[in-house]
Amino acid sequence: MLKLPVYMDYHSTTPVDPRVLETMLPYFSEKFGNAASKNHSFGWNAEDAVAKAREQIAQLISCNTKEIVFTSGATESNNLSLKGVAGMYREKGNHIITAVTEHKAILDTTKRLEKEGFEVTYLPVGADGLIDLETLKAAITPQTILISIMLANNEIGVIQPVAEIGKIAKEKGIIFHCDAAQGVGKIPVNVDEMGIDLMSFSAHKIYGPKGVGGLYVRRKKPRVRLSAMMDGGGHERGMRSGTLNVPSIVGLGEACAICETEMEQENLRLAEMRNKLQNHIMSELDEVYLNGHPEKRLAQNLNISFAYVEGESLMMGLKEIALSSGSACTTATLEPSYVLRALGVGSDLAHSSLRFGLGRFTTHEEIDYVGKRVVEAVNRLREMSPLYEMAKEGIDLKSVQWTEH
Amino acid sequence: MAYSDKVIDHYSNPRNMGSLDKKDKDVGTGIVGAPECGDVMKLQLKISGGVIEDARFKTFGCGSAIASSSLATEWVKGKTIDEAFQIKNTEIVNELNLPPVKIHCSVLAEDAIKAAISDYKKKNEA
Repeated sequence: MLKLPVYMDYHSTTPVDPRVLETMLPYFSEKFGNAASKNHSFGWNAEDAVAKAREQIAQLISCNTKEIVFTSGATESNNLSLKGVAGMYREKGNHIITAVTEHKAILDTTKRLEKEGFEVTYLPVGADGLIDLETLKAAITPQTILISIMLANNEIGVIQPVAEIGKIAKEKGIIFHCDAAQGVGKIPVNVDEMGIDLMSFSAHKIYGPKGVGGLYVRRKKPRVRLSAMMDGGGHERGMRSGTLNVPSIVGLGEACAICETEMEQENLRLAEMRNKLQNHIMSELDEVYLNGHPEKRLAQNLNISFAYVEGESLMMGLKEIALSSGSACTTATLEPSYVLRALGVGSDLAHSSLRFGLGRFTTHEEIDYVGKRVVEAVNRLREMSPLYEMAKEGIDLKSVQWTEH
Repeated sequence: MAYSDKVIDHYSNPRNMGSLDKKDKDVGTGIVGAPECGDVMKLQLKISGGVIEDARFKTFGCGSAIASSSLATEWVKGKTIDEAFQIKNTEIVNELNLPPVKIHCSVLAEDAIKAAISDYKKKNEA
């Protein structure tokens, strides 16, 4: 039985998996100890639980358990990485390289660092959403101390060539940070093979609780040091003070363990459903465009622009489906998606985009329903669209003198 | 964003959606907005003896833009050109309970009425 509304916004957040919740519950009540209490069993129990979570995470990303710092989520991990490296390595250089399609948690942080005297290069991306490695190499200067490139993009799902970036960073002795909030738990990650020195991740994107995440910090070759943002009890090897959020950390660990076990099968299932949805939409509608690289992307992502209809009104017509749009009208800034604009997608098509995010609890029935409803809603709005009418009359919309407002 | 019931009603049941023959001497067509800005409105008025007999719209834009133009067609029908010219965007804002970020939708609707009237006048100058 199809249950409405349908949730198809898994890039935004995910529900806590019941199995994850189950493991968390005792740590709110009977096992409530402080992991930093070294003198009694309450503390030891908590410490053991945190140690287990570290192992589960280390297993998933192939690192040492001592290389994991718990934070409140990927935004904090990104801030800590960038500001921490900037603070610690300032003597060495003042240049940072990142990309225009990074998450705001990176871009707003680099903006702040620029005000503090750092030079930041924002690499462009191609029409497929990927950075160019030669452009990256050319951007490196003797002053470069950090390269920060995401693993998978939150809007269009494209997967950057992280292993190649890691190799370039290593050759030049530059620290490489990777925002993997959308990648960890979804695609295989091996920090050594990928040459990653710092990596941000989050629990709530992978069926864990909100408000907890982590930062991988390389300990050997090179040993990465960070200046802390939070002063306090010196938790997490001094990089992030504050009493550990034990129940959430337990949840993060369990979420990682489940992802590791189920990833391969789950990716096949998601890709099949995603492709079905894509084919359904593309075969029944003309002038729809896939945003981002057609292959190098997450199996759960589908980002499509529907020419001649506006994203917000489209979502209004699909109100029983939870989706995101690149339309300006859906944001506080009244600007269409900067990610889509960076791909060279025109403002008109950026306004017309929908992001479908599939996940663990998405069913084939939901996919069929969403496909059918999207086609209906687009057709209805095109019927109502003066642009569609003009295009059908053969008028080149680019040649029209519009009244900008 | 939460929409008012009236916006939802116009979005779900648009009034006078469609097109009139733009070559007809009695039809004035106004197209305002730009695709890059996320909204374009086309408003057409069929005018006879200075009175608006019929109106049609097509809109590319958010729900508020669609509702504003749908409402505009309802309001202009039966009005004289001069009366229609007096319709203010603030009246549309009030009727539809548009939030501040959507006021530009009502401005666009007012502009569309004026653009359609002036197109009609230009056509009939000669």
